[in-house]
Amino acid sequence: MSPLHICLLFSSALFCIGLVGALARSNTILVLLGIELMLNAANINFIAFWRYGPNHADGTGIIFVLFSIAVAAAEAAVGLALVIAIYRHRQTIRLQEANTLKG
Amino acid sequence: MIFALITIALFTLAAAAIAMSLRNLVHSALLLVVSWAGVAMFYLWAGAEFLAFAQALIYLGAISMVVLFAVLLTRRSLAELDPAIDGKWRGVTALYTGGAVAAVLFGAVLFTPLNFAAGPVRSFTVRQLGEQLMGPQVAAVLVVGVILTVALLGGVVLAAASRRHDKEDAS
Repeated sequence: MSPLHICLLFSSALFCIGLVGALARSNTILVLLGIELMLNAANINFIAFWRYGPNHADGTGIIFVLFSIAVAAAEAAVGLALVIAIYRHRQTIRLQEANTLKG
Repeated sequence: MIFALITIALFTLAAAAIAMSLRNLVHSALLLVVSWAGVAMFYLWAGAEFLAFAQALIYLGAISMVVLFAVLLTRRSLAELDPAIDGKWRGVTALYTGGAVAAVLFGAVLFTPLNFAAGPVRSFTVRQLGEQLMGPQVAAVLVVGVILTVALLGGVVLAAASRRHDKEDAS
């Protein structure tokens, strides 16, 4: 098994841990953190393919991950602001109780 | 080389898995910081030093602080613990879904021949990165700046307490 395989298995496992966390927990903050873990797993994939791929010199993987980290930071800030807004209205951050728009 | 990679991977995965199964939200957030540090170590291992420092600054420094503030602002008492999983059905379904996705991903990775030559670690200097960012990628940098500004303003607008609402809630 090559190191690239190990990197890809690592990122797959991290993605699945984040997915299970986001699906199983009912706390909005933990769901958000699970999504952050999935984003990190995607970044690991970019870096793995940049490291072992043919186009190493132009650094596309690094630039892609930089932009991905920037978008993830923006997403975390907006998501946590939403959590605080929901908490102010409902005094809870459990997902099951924030169901006003549920059809 | 591979031994270091496996160690980093196991460390990161263990921290993430334990964080996702803990009941105490503060402990979960702190363990996730450890897991993000593991990802930063992976970047260092792969020869992307600048990204490792960016990951350390943004995830370990900024996002962890924002998350801890959100945890502390949204809980009522110190003794209040988050129920780990709401009912067995939700947890079992989540585990089945995660297991199915893991099986598909692992199968796809293991049965794909990846014949890239594993050369030595060639580092990508910050100078090269800056030339890329200010040259061909300058439009994307501007767009990211706009996105971050809009997200910052949106976060402030969403989280800022409006006095009218507070009065209505009180009355």
